[in-house]
Amino acid sequence: MPKLYFDVAHTLAGSLVLLSFVMLYQRRLGALLNVLALHAAVLALSVAWQAHIQGAPHLYITAAIALAFKAIVVPMALRRMIVLLGIHREIETVTGIGLSMLAGIGLVALSMAVMLPVTAGADPVAREDIALALSVVLIGLLLMVTRRNAVSQVVGFMSLENGIVLAATGAQGMPLVVEISVAFSILIAFIVIGIFLFRIRERFDTVDVQALDRFRGERR
Amino acid sequence: MIGTPVPPEAAVLLVPLAAAALLALLPGYRLSARINVVASALSLLAAAQLLFHRPGAGALLFVDDLNVVFILLNTLVGFTTSVFSASYIGHELEIGRLTRGYLRFYHAMYQLMMFGMNLALVANNIGLIWVAVELATLTTVLMVGIYRTHEALEAAWKYFILGSVGIALALFGTILVYLAAQPVIGEGPEAMVWTALIGRAAEFDPALLNLAFVFLLLGYGTKVGLAPLHAWLPDAHAEGPTPISAVLSGLLLNVALYALLRFKMLLAANPGAIAPGPLMVALGLVSLVFAAFMLYRRRDIKRMFAYSSIEHMGIIVFAFGMAGPLGNFAGLLHMTMHSLTKSAIFFTVGHIAQVKGTQRIAEIRGLTESHPVLGWSLVAGVAAIAGLPPFGVFMSEFLVVSSTFARAPLLALVLVLGLLIGFGALLLRVTGLAFGEPVGRTGPVRASTLPIFVHLALVLVAGLWLPPGVVAWFQNVARLLG
Repeated sequence: MPKLYFDVAHTLAGSLVLLSFVMLYQRRLGALLNVLALHAAVLALSVAWQAHIQGAPHLYITAAIALAFKAIVVPMALRRMIVLLGIHREIETVTGIGLSMLAGIGLVALSMAVMLPVTAGADPVAREDIALALSVVLIGLLLMVTRRNAVSQVVGFMSLENGIVLAATGAQGMPLVVEISVAFSILIAFIVIGIFLFRIRERFDTVDVQALDRFRGERR
Repeated sequence: MIGTPVPPEAAVLLVPLAAAALLALLPGYRLSARINVVASALSLLAAAQLLFHRPGAGALLFVDDLNVVFILLNTLVGFTTSVFSASYIGHELEIGRLTRGYLRFYHAMYQLMMFGMNLALVANNIGLIWVAVELATLTTVLMVGIYRTHEALEAAWKYFILGSVGIALALFGTILVYLAAQPVIGEGPEAMVWTALIGRAAEFDPALLNLAFVFLLLGYGTKVGLAPLHAWLPDAHAEGPTPISAVLSGLLLNVALYALLRFKMLLAANPGAIAPGPLMVALGLVSLVFAAFMLYRRRDIKRMFAYSSIEHMGIIVFAFGMAGPLGNFAGLLHMTMHSLTKSAIFFTVGHIAQVKGTQRIAEIRGLTESHPVLGWSLVAGVAAIAGLPPFGVFMSEFLVVSSTFARAPLLALVLVLGLLIGFGALLLRVTGLAFGEPVGRTGPVRASTLPIFVHLALVLVAGLWLPPGVVAWFQNVARLLG
């Protein structure tokens, strides 16, 4: 396999990690959604590249789904929602940005330290892809933990799913069933989220998850 | 369904799926409730056939001694819960907590959830197991939020977010298992077929398997409700409709546990991999002790029994973690007993909350005076779940404790301590609930008591006399689990 194959695959996977970091320091929801769209677009490119080098045409479908659905439809729908709610300019972070960036760096170091020795026997493309994918997953988790706005939690979750798709496509010959199901479940998951956001809007006039905390059965 | 061309392992999937489609179309709730019961009964019949007729392993579905236990338990509790649900939702409709449109949705979702859980149990593909668990999760999220109150929405949101993160981690673990299998079995679908994996698990890269198991344990462990990953569980149990609390505790937790057990078997088959036992033992003990303490401070009756579910899942995971023929046997028995008892308790609690119009423990007193049938059922159910003889839970807990004492006395001390703490909390609460001067509403009750009695009777019989056939069957499964 030419060296170019590795280099492009790693560049794309590495850019995903970088974009995850970019998400960490976005203060405004609108900007966050832009980065999410870019994140998904880079994922689509990366998946398409994997389809090319593995000679696995079914992966192009996954790439197309990532591009159409996650890079275009979902960010647009979310943007509409936040404009409707009038919250497209606000964002709150629970911890400081500097701190979450440091934590992110720690997570990337952790995933490298954990994955690279373990996958020593595996195919080199898959090996580093998986390590980078784990970083994306962990930063996605971090994003969900540090944000308390429901929309940005959804963004965090979507970036986490992107990391998993990256891992799934990096693993050579992973059956198609799984990719489709991943894409499909994201679709379902999004519908669910959409319904819930609208319901939250109906009931609370806010999507700040912390405002929900008051209603907990036992804190009265 | 004897004599029909549909094999039973497909029937347990097709019946709920067809019923879900049908129920989504039908408007009337009385008819829907009946169809729900009939479909659940048919699934149970199909599952019962699996006892006698064991199909060979296919690429997608397979049945062995292990999952038959789960499928049978799943369809049985699914059936009795549908009977309970029919009377429960009638009342909810009367008091206006649910509308007809929501009921239609509810029934369709109920069958879809049964489909998801059955699929997870018969699937022979680790990817398919994951998809099925996700499906079951999504349907239950929707049902937890069905009342659309503040609490219900918060519970559903929390459940959804934590459940999705858990499931995402489980998928990552699944991918890692595939990566471990790929060099040995080769690329393609075959490397995700469980029966193919277990046959050659010994040749997999142990380091990858170890890492995969950590993700799977965290991922599916979230769905099992192990502390410290349990945060969604009490809310989801307390705020959703009670039939859903019953299936969550009685079934969905088991399904996630089943997935975990399958992967544990893979690890056990690989000599180089870490022993998964100690991890499970640690998480199980933490859950047990933590939940036992948390039981004392509960003010909401459904929330209290949700914590009791965490406690018991802790015991079960602990027992499976200890492994060995006796540990696995005890774990399996305890899981069965817990499912039956806990769903019976939720049936009772559901009716109690309806009569009293509240779930707050402080506002419920003297049930044995005001509603003797419900009151004494609750007392019996709590006595059973607290582990008092002669109920089956006593026997399974006794087995767990005695087998642990023989092998790791220190762990057994912690185990017994946790059990006693939980026991005290439950006893304390139930005396307040069941005895003393009745307060609040004392109106008559239209309860369907049959499911409660059937479950408690089964638990009682199991405590007094376990049929030798069942013992042999469970021993066989225990050997299979290693």
